Amino acid sequence: MRRTIGEIAKFVTSKNAGPFLLTLDVVFPDEATYRRFKALGALDRATVARLYGIKEDDVLKIIEFDPAYAMKVTLRRPWGSGAVGEHDVYGAQQHVPLMQHTVPWQEA
Amino acid sequence: MPDQMTILAPEGMLGYGIPARSMEEGLKRQPDALAVDAGSTDPGPYYLGAGVPFTNRRAFTRDLATILEPANARRIPVLIGSAGGGGGRPHLEYTLEVYREICRERGYHFRTAVIGAEVDKAWLKRQIARGRVSALDIATELTEAEVDRSARIVAQMGVEPFLRALDLGAEVVIAGRACDAAVMAAPAMRAGFDRALAYHMGKILECGGAAAYPRHGSDSLLGVIERDAFIVEPPNPDKICTVASVAAHSLYERSDPYRLALPGGAVDLTHTRFEQHTPRAVRVGGTRWVPAPAYTLKLEGAARVGFRTLTLAGVRDPLLIAQLDAYLDNVRTRVAETYPPDGYRLLFHVYGRDGVMGPLEPVREIRSHEIGLVIEVIADDPDSSAAILALARSVALHVTYPGRKAIAGNLAFPFSPSDLKAGDAYEFNVHHLVTVDDPLELFPIEMVEA
Repeated sequence: MRRTIGEIAKFVTSKNAGPFLLTLDVVFPDEATYRRFKALGALDRATVARLYGIKEDDVLKIIEFDPAYAMKVTLRRPWGSGAVGEHDVYGAQQHVPLMQHTVPWQEA
Repeated sequence: MPDQMTILAPEGMLGYGIPARSMEEGLKRQPDALAVDAGSTDPGPYYLGAGVPFTNRRAFTRDLATILEPANARRIPVLIGSAGGGGGRPHLEYTLEVYREICRERGYHFRTAVIGAEVDKAWLKRQIARGRVSALDIATELTEAEVDRSARIVAQMGVEPFLRALDLGAEVVIAGRACDAAVMAAPAMRAGFDRALAYHMGKILECGGAAAYPRHGSDSLLGVIERDAFIVEPPNPDKICTVASVAAHSLYERSDPYRLALPGGAVDLTHTRFEQHTPRAVRVGGTRWVPAPAYTLKLEGAARVGFRTLTLAGVRDPLLIAQLDAYLDNVRTRVAETYPPDGYRLLFHVYGRDGVMGPLEPVREIRSHEIGLVIEVIADDPDSSAAILALARSVALHVTYPGRKAIAGNLAFPFSPSDLKAGDAYEFNVHHLVTVDDPLELFPIEMVEA
């Protein structure tokens, strides 16, 4: 069966990392869930680029951060925070495509 | 060198609120310094560019007074970084004005250091010419023209100007734009504690209670640094720091949780250990300092792009919602018949479609029974902006479309007046690194009476 990342993770958030980057954090509830998710290899640059309709080159980093049972995805912002045409100055509501992305997942 | 040192961060942002209980409990731990971050680029380019604070003056005054009271009674040093939000000259002046007002009313006297962080444009152009400026996170190299276009440019100071201010005998340090971690790290580093640990502790403390659970509201955080580790703990008895809460905070607003770039090097978390020290406190050790080949400072600049006027309206009619794009194109075309489109920007924000995510929005069709519309005009001057917006609003209200039934008007306006002056609009146009020989070079320190 498939589950959304939002159903599996404890937190899924987005926020600016400086005015020109957007960073998405997925924090898992425990080490076992984190390791199972990591083992799926479900989050790669091509997937993230497709979810947000951006170029793979604009997905700058995908980092596994073991101490927090977390994965971090950093994107280039379409423009600097607050520039003409801005929609989300803080970048705090850009997490939903990632949160709703489904992955193969059997309940443990 | 003492065995340990205690830093209290009363809150994550000066002006966001200090719970009285947290301050009281924090002070019971006999902190050696009170350190608070007052700035950020998060609220966008306006505040830096226009030279105004982003926190409310009354709240800012209340919080500063809450910090100065124990500082006066117990002579605890106070460090404030990125004063006034943007950390430029007017932001410093604003902070000093509030600070002096509090000191005068309450009869406080502190030896006070004020540290500037605004960058001289002529100096910066010389650094461009010398090849000492490089782009950060963006592809564009800084040009002299961009420097001229900036309303204001600041540099983020490292720990060194704070150390110098403390050496000069400052009891209160009010600094312009600063690396948030440096504000909290300075007293610890001055006492001889490890640079990496001091900076790492500072990076956690700078957000105040954000590294504790439950994570709601502005709150305080205590940091106790020792020779080979530091301990963080919330003074608020209703909150706890867990390994998860502290480790997760390393992710916050950062592109890479393992590496925190700072002037002169980086804090490396690859070998960091987080341990539950007590049920409410977390002990952190193993963080390393990786020196950089050059001492670089981060530059931030904002440029004015025009004057913004906007109107808010709702659309409920399904006949119009079904052909919204064609309708908005028609509005744009008709406005252009009067105002040729090269001198302004006319923007439509469509809430209920892609108002939140814009080009990143994967859902393209409208699924809502009503939509919110923001019509925005950015033009050079306030009068042009108002005139173009007035026309766009009027056309949008009355223009016809195929099959229209509601011939009296297309939009529901929640407010009268409908057109709102939002003021000058800015954009970040400098986000670069500059190499300097002397960490103090850009940051003049002035001792003032208060």
